[in-house]
Amino acid sequence: MLTACLLLAAAVFAIGLFGVLTRRNAVGILLGIELMLNAVNINLVAFARFGGTVAGWVLALFTIAVTVTEVAVGLAIVIVIFRVRRTVDADHLSLLRG
Amino acid sequence: MSESELPLIILGAPLLAALLLGCCPPLRRAGGPAAAVSLAGILVALAAAGGLLARLWHASVTGITLRVVETVPWLAQVGPTPLARVGVYVDALSATMAGLVTLVASLVQLYSLGYLADEPRSALGRYYFYQSLFAFSMLGLVFAPNFLQLFVFWELVGLCSYLLIGFYYHRPAAARAAVKAFWVTKLGDIGFMLGIVLLWGATGTFDFDTLFRAAGAGALPAGLALYMTLIYLGAVGKSAQFPLHVWLPDAMEGPTPVSALIHAATMVTAGVFLVVRAFPLFAAVPGVLELVAWVGAFTAFLAATLALVQADIKRVLAYSTISQLGYMMAGVGAGAPAAGMLHLVTHGFFKALLFLAAGAVIHAVHTNDMWAMGRLGRAMPKTALVFVVGTLALSGVPPFSGFVSKEAILAGVWEGGLRGPFVLLAVTVFLTALYMFRAVFVTFFGAARAAGGHPADPPAVMMGPLWLLAFLSIAGAVLGSPALGQTLPRFLGAAPAEHGPAWLTPFSVALAIAGVGLAWLVYQRGALAPARLARAFGPLAGAAARGYGLDALYGAGYGGLLAFARAVGWVDRYVVDGLVNVASAGTARAGAALRLLQTGRAQDYLYGITAGVLFIVVLWRLWA
Repeated sequence: MLTACLLLAAAVFAIGLFGVLTRRNAVGILLGIELMLNAVNINLVAFARFGGTVAGWVLALFTIAVTVTEVAVGLAIVIVIFRVRRTVDADHLSLLRG
Repeated sequence: MSESELPLIILGAPLLAALLLGCCPPLRRAGGPAAAVSLAGILVALAAAGGLLARLWHASVTGITLRVVETVPWLAQVGPTPLARVGVYVDALSATMAGLVTLVASLVQLYSLGYLADEPRSALGRYYFYQSLFAFSMLGLVFAPNFLQLFVFWELVGLCSYLLIGFYYHRPAAARAAVKAFWVTKLGDIGFMLGIVLLWGATGTFDFDTLFRAAGAGALPAGLALYMTLIYLGAVGKSAQFPLHVWLPDAMEGPTPVSALIHAATMVTAGVFLVVRAFPLFAAVPGVLELVAWVGAFTAFLAATLALVQADIKRVLAYSTISQLGYMMAGVGAGAPAAGMLHLVTHGFFKALLFLAAGAVIHAVHTNDMWAMGRLGRAMPKTALVFVVGTLALSGVPPFSGFVSKEAILAGVWEGGLRGPFVLLAVTVFLTALYMFRAVFVTFFGAARAAGGHPADPPAVMMGPLWLLAFLSIAGAVLGSPALGQTLPRFLGAAPAEHGPAWLTPFSVALAIAGVGLAWLVYQRGALAPARLARAFGPLAGAAARGYGLDALYGAGYGGLLAFARAVGWVDRYVVDGLVNVASAGTARAGAALRLLQTGRAQDYLYGITAGVLFIVVLWRLWA
């Protein structure tokens, strides 16, 4: 069962990474990040369930809390960017080009 | 005013003039006023030098030898005493020298008013600025109380010499001659500096006074012979002794009054002055002193043979100067510094006279070539008269001053037991009379030749100094004549003996008369054709015309040095600099290429991170 859980977590992580790398919309990228974080949560919970310790649960709870704040801050940044630049296309946000 | 304050006036007046002219361009460019400032400075110095001489003379008559050394600390304190002090050293020697320098400098500056009257005003101002600076430097050298101060002023007079030789800097020959003079004398100065530093390392002092006391007590360091030889090298360069004499004939590219002052009467005698000043130290190493005498005698002989084949009247006088400097050095080296100083003073008078008279001739006919002159005695009788007076003095014909001083040197060399140098110097007496009267007969007598312009005696401002110098060339005999009590040598503290054997006077006079007679036969009567005489000497005459190949030798050395410098320059430019350029260009290129990676898009960086993590994971899997 642990293997199935880990495979699921890996699949979710890969999907999230794919989203982050390919989406051009900043909101889409944030969604991808959420998927990756939740994949980690699945791992933590799975190890907690099959390893017999509570550390995984605690860490998962922490992650969820952090994720919430991250989304709040991330979305706020996206909104500000939109107000200033009138776009949230990641390809156009390249002010740091060398 | 005390004996230590008068030198400050002697030094200060020309310095003030030089500062005024140097720091105030409008004054300098005005020409005439600049000359007035410079003249005022040197005349004040002359008056003060006269006062100083009178005071020392008065003391010496009453049997007191005045010697005042006044110094203040100069370089930082090391241990209990300062590293070096600066000040004045007043004794009969420095006062005599200061008197000669200020007198000749005053006359030359006065003469220059007429000689350089046609120059542009700014050039005239520049000339007088250099003149004032030179007067200050030379006097600073004369009064130096230690080797270090002497060296500083030594280099300053070298600088002034360089500037004044290159006065007509738009003429390539003058610019080349200036550089040549600078480099050749520097060759000797390297030795001078090394000697001073080594002597300081061995004794811990630069002061003449301390060193002389050590010499008196026999407490001098063991390596003294080496140090004094090195110091003597500086004198070899400055006083144009063999083999560093090659710069002086070329230095004639400067204005003729400069040749008279710097390259005949004063600066070139600084080398002799140095050996006389440091005589107690030289006397402690007799081997070095003998070397000085031999080199001096050989220089006197060599330069006299070279003077025989010159066509340029100034070059004849230049080689004659080298020859007479050789006499002075030989006298000092033979242990008769007072005789050397006597000849230095009388030579200062009659050689300045000869140069200034030659300048008057050149000014009148606009050429230096003696063979283009001839029978100028008719057109310029006064100039011819003073020139003949100078020539008689230089040739050592009694009762002129040169006879007395040359006699003193010959006597000194004989008494010193140096037979070789004595023979060389005696032959040179004959040669001196020959080449000088050759110049006289060819220039002022003989057949009239097509010289340009309408030659006439120069204006009073030029003639005045000539009359005065002619008078001194005769009256200078009073300074050293044994019959009149050898005034100057005794003033300088020499023992009153040094008479030489009884046959010496008739011998040297006969040699001089023989030289005059031969010159008369060859160049006036035409009894012997000069060309046939030259053939009789065969290849020697040709070699002399080329300066015995010494110039070619130096030229080859200089060329080799230049080629080496070019090779080093090439390596530096293309190998050393090339490597640096490759490194910097490579860095710039790499930066430009890497810059393309910085797209500014977060997702591209994320690709990189992901790829990197995958790479590390795969690598780790393969490893484990």
